[in-house]
Amino acid sequence: MATTTDAVLEVAQPSKRANWRATTRRSTWVGLVIEFARRRTLGAVGAVVIIVMILIALLAGIIAPYDPLETSFLDQLMPPSPQNWLGTDSFGRDVLSRLIYGSRTALKIGFGAAFVGASIGAVLGVTSAYFGGKIDLLLERLMDILISFPLLILAVAVVTALGNNDTNVIIAITIPIIPRVARVIRSSALSIRQMPFVEAARGLGASHARLVVRHMLPNVMAPYLILVTAFLGQAMLSEASLSFLGLGVAEPTPSWGLMLRGASVQFVERAPWLAIAPGVALSMAVFAFNLLGDSLRDALDPRLRL
Amino acid sequence: MHRYIINRILLMIPTLFGVAIITFVLLRVVPGDIVLLKLAGDGGRIEESVLQQERAKLGLDKPIPLQFVDWTLGALHFDFGLSMWTGRPIVQEVAIRVELSLQLTIMASIIATLLAIPLGAMAALKQDTWVDYAIRLFSIGGLAMPGFWLGILTILCLLVFFHYLPPLTFTPLLQNPAENLSQLIWPALTVGYRYSAVATRMTRSTLLEVMRDDYVRTARAKGLAEQFVVLRHAMRNALLPVITVIGLEFAFLLGGLLVTEQVFNLNGIGKLMVEAVVRRDYTMTQALIMLVASAFVVTNFLIDLLYLFLDPRISYS
Repeated sequence: MATTTDAVLEVAQPSKRANWRATTRRSTWVGLVIEFARRRTLGAVGAVVIIVMILIALLAGIIAPYDPLETSFLDQLMPPSPQNWLGTDSFGRDVLSRLIYGSRTALKIGFGAAFVGASIGAVLGVTSAYFGGKIDLLLERLMDILISFPLLILAVAVVTALGNNDTNVIIAITIPIIPRVARVIRSSALSIRQMPFVEAARGLGASHARLVVRHMLPNVMAPYLILVTAFLGQAMLSEASLSFLGLGVAEPTPSWGLMLRGASVQFVERAPWLAIAPGVALSMAVFAFNLLGDSLRDALDPRLRL
Repeated sequence: MHRYIINRILLMIPTLFGVAIITFVLLRVVPGDIVLLKLAGDGGRIEESVLQQERAKLGLDKPIPLQFVDWTLGALHFDFGLSMWTGRPIVQEVAIRVELSLQLTIMASIIATLLAIPLGAMAALKQDTWVDYAIRLFSIGGLAMPGFWLGILTILCLLVFFHYLPPLTFTPLLQNPAENLSQLIWPALTVGYRYSAVATRMTRSTLLEVMRDDYVRTARAKGLAEQFVVLRHAMRNALLPVITVIGLEFAFLLGGLLVTEQVFNLNGIGKLMVEAVVRRDYTMTQALIMLVASAFVVTNFLIDLLYLFLDPRISYS
């Protein structure tokens, strides 16, 4: 039975990916990547920056010139020099090394929060659209409530409630993402619910779970991917903002937001390198994710408004 | 139409009630106790009986559901009680700070609008030229740079290039406009730039869509000058979604200035909020979150109403 269902659906289901592949005339992954780079140069630039950043984060132990936690009271607030390319902070720690290790924190929390948030949001959005009626109304109200909390305030409240370690910071950043993703996914899923292939599957006796998982979820992959990329940048900014307020990751963990806190404001005139370097790193990372997100949207779902 | 408005107003009640419950529960499960923090925050030993007495004074000894009922009854006639930390009426504490935050929000929104609409329109009209790319990079840059970093850079630039530091104490606008603006213009500019980014992108994409519509072609075919086509026909329709974006930003800003106020050392709602949360000042946090959530819900409603008047094609029934 299952095989017949799938065979029928193969024909009926308008697969976006198949169309995209057909127009690119290349069917290998490498071909797809080349095509994307040619057509969406800005997005490809973003992707390259992201890949470089991931490599830096993975190889932090090898490329960082010093231990990011090592303090030295003889080298406090040293300006950039051949020994410390980006200078040292008020504890004499090497800014470049902390910047390099900071990419780990940013990526870990960014990816964690964006994936978890977008995934829960997508499931809730699809469920809401699929069942409609009372469940839809209930979930929508719940999302309304969550959305009425300003992004950062909700995160601040959650972190204070749970205490600030990495996992809790991820949870705090994830919660505000959920309703925003659920809204967008719900509206995409509403139109899919009406499509003939869903009705065909239902007619063939597919269960609710099967319909949602096999037929609805794969068709909201495009907005899902776009939302993940868009919220990755957002999540990294939230992490930095929380850390900046002293409510994110705790000292001495290297975090770009934390590096901008305290000393870098206090000594802004005497040691401007403390304030500039982490901000540039953070902005570049978010910029790259935004560029990639924009290009993904243009390529996969141009009408999606974010 | 009237039914729609009444319906929408009624729908606000469960939303705000939900916000109240979630905040209330969230605050009470917070590990850490205002009484301990307040009396023994610096590490001294305090008799248990003293702590109990303070709890009773703050009403924290009652069961939580009862506390919630008390709070709700008070909130219904705008009595949010006393701040658990300072012991002063919350309405009073908020009132002295709301002027600054509100003014900053309004200034930032004006700056964002003045930047977004012309830039977005220019980008759309010169699509795929260097003008378009420059404006898009400028606006994505606004999204990518964290607000607090922009704030730090602004202060740094003022210090290094002009040896100037904005005044540190708040003067009401009517009392001394020059002093007031010289303090608030900097945070307003950084926040305004950041928030113009979303609106610029929205203006660009809606205007691009509208410019391909039939009635724009008709207007051109009539022989109208391009500026009339754009200003009279296209812009009017393209601006509707932009209004939504700017309105929503306005609502978010009221409570979203946490970080900016921290950087520029402004004594506003956002700073009060962070302090209240960190001190476990339940009543204050609760009141502030309700204030911000209400502002958001009401603004949302007003935007939908505005649509009715701006776009005769929409009827909510």
